[in-house]
Amino acid sequence: MKMKRLLLSSLILLPCLLCAQTKKTVTKSTAATKTTSTITLKSSIDRGKIVYGTYCLACHQADGSGVPRMNPPLIKTSWVLGSKTVLVEQVLKGSANKVEIDGEKFLGAMPPQPQLTDQQIADVLTFVRNSFGNKASIVTPAEVKAIRAKTK
Amino acid sequence: MLILVITSTGLDLAAQGDIKLPADFAADVVGKGIGRARHLAVNSNGDIYIKLERLRNGKGIIRLRDKDGDGKIDDTTGFGNYGGTGIAIKNGYLYASSNTDVYRYKLNNNEPDTANRETVVTGLVDKGQHNSKSIALDNAGNIYVNIGAPSNVCQAQDRATGAPGQDPCPILEYAGGVWQFKADQKNQSYPQGIRYVTGTRNVVGLDWNNETNTLFVMQHGRDGLTDYHFYPDSLSVELPAEEMLEAKQAGANFGWPYCFYNQIEGKKVLNPEYGGDAKKTGRCDGVLPPVAAYPGHMAPNGLLFYTGNKFPAKYKNGAFIAFHGSWNRAPLNQKGFFVVFQPFKDGKPNGEYEIFASGFAGRENITNPNQAMYRPCGLAQGSDGSLYVSDDAKGMVWKINFTGK
Repeated sequence: MKMKRLLLSSLILLPCLLCAQTKKTVTKSTAATKTTSTITLKSSIDRGKIVYGTYCLACHQADGSGVPRMNPPLIKTSWVLGSKTVLVEQVLKGSANKVEIDGEKFLGAMPPQPQLTDQQIADVLTFVRNSFGNKASIVTPAEVKAIRAKTK
Repeated sequence: MLILVITSTGLDLAAQGDIKLPADFAADVVGKGIGRARHLAVNSNGDIYIKLERLRNGKGIIRLRDKDGDGKIDDTTGFGNYGGTGIAIKNGYLYASSNTDVYRYKLNNNEPDTANRETVVTGLVDKGQHNSKSIALDNAGNIYVNIGAPSNVCQAQDRATGAPGQDPCPILEYAGGVWQFKADQKNQSYPQGIRYVTGTRNVVGLDWNNETNTLFVMQHGRDGLTDYHFYPDSLSVELPAEEMLEAKQAGANFGWPYCFYNQIEGKKVLNPEYGGDAKKTGRCDGVLPPVAAYPGHMAPNGLLFYTGNKFPAKYKNGAFIAFHGSWNRAPLNQKGFFVVFQPFKDGKPNGEYEIFASGFAGRENITNPNQAMYRPCGLAQGSDGSLYVSDDAKGMVWKINFTGK
């Protein structure tokens, strides 16, 4: 993977020796962005874990496995890994009787959590989407803000 | 010595259905992998009828029969195209409930007349949450049906943090209680029923006590009191008590959603959604207290008054309670997943409950309910005086016998 990327960069860079200076700057800033986003992900997950412990854990459980028939699991389900909009709305508006996973209905009512800030919701969803065996993209406060504006 | 052996290899044995019992009791696994086995009833000929919460191969009721009388089940059949919880046998009829209706089947020579199923009660509310319609019958031709409240504490938006409770609570008109119907009449619904018990959030285990001639119900207490921080979390998670309630007459009111039983204070107090602080009693003065209280959230799903003669005398007319096991006691470990015996004397709980059957979870230190291998749910008594326990996690059924003298 790394080799391939190096090769690719070389191919782009070689014919363009004249603009080497410019290219170098670009490469540097891409690397910097990458590092920043890794840090962003990690710190978002760390903050999200605290939000999860306060608002989510009692029902969804420490390992995200939920409660049979009542509170849905958060492990590799299409709800958790799928649409961010649906997920954010779920947090903002709560739900009852809506979630069905593999033919299993979950009957517990989820309380709405509109009091959480955009940052808290982004963090907790990023945590959930990257914990319990899940791997999915981060949720940003800006995304939460946009969805919240439409949800009202 | 034997007990030590069982403990050391707990998990393997649990997989085979091994449970822990007092000395001189033994359990046989009579059903395995049956499905979501909720309540069960045993006919006078030994047939076991199990109500499934979800259909399995299109069947909602499973019957286990020992045809040749060698003590082993050799005939398994099913019928009933509805999931549900309640099941009971009375006066030659098998009663069973979906989450909205109660049906009955005449037992002709111990065969349920499935072609002529009668609808006894219909159109009861089912909004998902707390929808089990558990049933019990008295000796005067009545059937009692639990209608759980589709709510935690009757807030306009269920479980919304800090939201006040609705006052009066509109749910009490159609749920949050136990309704009485005629056991032999067809197509009854709310207009024909009597709201026999009100102010119960959710009841899954209930039974008629033939000694007192009254209805006993087990209430599942409310959730979310820890959010109010009235006590340290480790104490708050014990609140409120799971309650054993006795309805001595029609109209018995046990206070939900306005009140909860604070076992630390030993009284019914106002819920915080109605202005309470875990100590104030207000309108809860005069609300009927429980006859016995148990630690919070253990989910009593089965109640059975033991009327048999096979167990030692102390068990006669006492209560067995199947605790399904909790899910919301974090940060503490979860609790329950056992069957307790509540001693009774002269129709009243007498002394502390004792753990009768345990080891269902297959391990210690359960932090979430998915870790529990089995979850006890239903209880029934065989005509030979044995005790049956069902599990709705893996579909096990145990028959417990007294083997002593």
